[in-house]
Amino acid sequence: MTDKVSATVGAAGHPAAPAVAPTPQPSENGRSASRVPLRRRLDRWDRKVSPYLYVLPFFLVFGLIGFFPMAYTGYLSFFSWPRFSAEHGESVGWANYIHVLQDPVFAKALVNTLGIFLLSSSTQIIVATVIAALLNTGLRGRTWWRMGVILPFVVAPAAAALIFGSLFADNAGLLNEMLNAVGLSGVDWHANRPASWLAIATMVNWRWTGYNTLILLAAMVAIPRALYEASVIDGAGPVRQFFSVTLPSIRPTMLFVIITSTIGGLQIFTEPRLFDTNLQHQGGADYQYLTLTMYIFNTANSSTDPYPRAAAASWILVLIIVAFALLNFLVTRAVHRRNQI
Amino acid sequence: MTRRPGFLVYGLLAAFLAGSAFPLYWSFVIGSVTRQRTVQTPLPLVPGGHFLENAGKVFDRIDFWSALANSVIISGVSALSVVLFCTLAGYAFAKLRFRGSNALLVVVIITMAVPPQLALIPLLRQFSNLGLTGTHFAVALPWLVTAFGVFFMRQYLVDAIPDELLEAARVDGCSMIRTFWTVAVPAARPAMAILALFTFMQAWTDFMWPLVILQGSDVQTLQTALDQLKIASGQGYSDMALLQAGTILATVPLLLLFIATGRQLVSGIMQGAVKG
Repeated sequence: MTDKVSATVGAAGHPAAPAVAPTPQPSENGRSASRVPLRRRLDRWDRKVSPYLYVLPFFLVFGLIGFFPMAYTGYLSFFSWPRFSAEHGESVGWANYIHVLQDPVFAKALVNTLGIFLLSSSTQIIVATVIAALLNTGLRGRTWWRMGVILPFVVAPAAAALIFGSLFADNAGLLNEMLNAVGLSGVDWHANRPASWLAIATMVNWRWTGYNTLILLAAMVAIPRALYEASVIDGAGPVRQFFSVTLPSIRPTMLFVIITSTIGGLQIFTEPRLFDTNLQHQGGADYQYLTLTMYIFNTANSSTDPYPRAAAASWILVLIIVAFALLNFLVTRAVHRRNQI
Repeated sequence: MTRRPGFLVYGLLAAFLAGSAFPLYWSFVIGSVTRQRTVQTPLPLVPGGHFLENAGKVFDRIDFWSALANSVIISGVSALSVVLFCTLAGYAFAKLRFRGSNALLVVVIITMAVPPQLALIPLLRQFSNLGLTGTHFAVALPWLVTAFGVFFMRQYLVDAIPDELLEAARVDGCSMIRTFWTVAVPAARPAMAILALFTFMQAWTDFMWPLVILQGSDVQTLQTALDQLKIASGQGYSDMALLQAGTILATVPLLLLFIATGRQLVSGIMQGAVKG
């Protein structure tokens, strides 16, 4: 491997052909006296500037689509901006934030988002951990099992939402038919608030459980075998091993999975929007499954001060996400500390 | 572990996989029966013979082929661009010493936690001022270079390229960019393939950004076309057969990609997990 690559380097890095540098090359007629120092100067310049050029595209794109718009969102949230007006109006202080925080629809969206998020994240992480442990048992044809687990991941959220919309349809949905078949009455998956959360959480889980399974599995594969062998000598069975060896060893990865699923879960948009059978997309007749991101989206299309209010709501959402990520981190660290004592 | 797993393990996993695959099967079943059949009890559990008919209706309601072409173009360009720029940046962070590199890397990592909604409104305004809404470029822009990609390539390249090799290239008089092409790119190839696959899938399945930026435009991606199909199918999902046929049509391209590259996808997710 190393031989092959250095051979390539030797051939390609022939001093006679340093052609494709982004820096200006010494011109042909400048070859005479000043050639060597100029070369060296260019070389030094190349070494100094190139790293910055290589990382520049990321910062350019992020600045363009991330940083400046974000800062502008913050700025905008303190102004009024009547609909259809070309420029923003006067400064209104915290009025947009106060409006959003006092809006009962926002409060509903917040509760809905948290409800859906808790139902999805908790189930997802528990199921993913169990499936990962099952996959980590020296299966035959393990690649096939692993591929099977992430099959739903290739289905776009939009498509997943429509498929589950059919399974969870209030009338003529498969789930309700199954409930009827065992003598239970069907559930109003759209009208009933907790039921709609469950339906939406299910489509999120369907798509993401396998993905998280593989991440946790990767952490489990990396656990030293000696730990398991020691636990066998101590007389631990598979269940005991799972709780005393596997779980503590994968804690950092677990934290990673929890935090990423928190960030993703609090931003949920596609699934509830497409679950909505109503064409106004307000997240149910009584906003029962309107999420925060849908609220931002709908506010930006609303009648009074659409942009500033949506901007204020966006920043509130970000603060909520940061708060949750921090909370996760602190709780996990506290648990970690307690277990070490 | 030493002992072989028993039937219970295989049974549980098989049940989980069956549950995972069932929604797709169900979508095909509903997409292949008549509209009337989708509301009769008991519901069908095996596919009917009307898929092509429903697919034909999908083609009438939305411009499926142009949406497919748009998705391919946007995702393909995104994948190429991400691979190029993220490999460059990842290589710089992994192997080149420059002032402020650590601080810049921290910035890259922090940006991964930034919710895209924050930028939505100003971006939408900016793009409409520039007359760029409804263009392929506008959809692809957020995917041209990603923080995840930079970090992923950095983690891979830290171990993948021995420093002596870079030193040797330098002694040979290689310019920086030539060293990148002849040393870093060959070493990065496996990670580049995984990153390309990942980005392609992410750009393909993205919904909110194309929905916002393509509102009311002729250019649609497969995902936003599904949203239009839902609206076209009427209040309350009234034509479920149509909707599921469209869902299946929109899912098949990625399913084919999955069949071809599922192995790489698995190893990519698992590698990213250990390295990240």
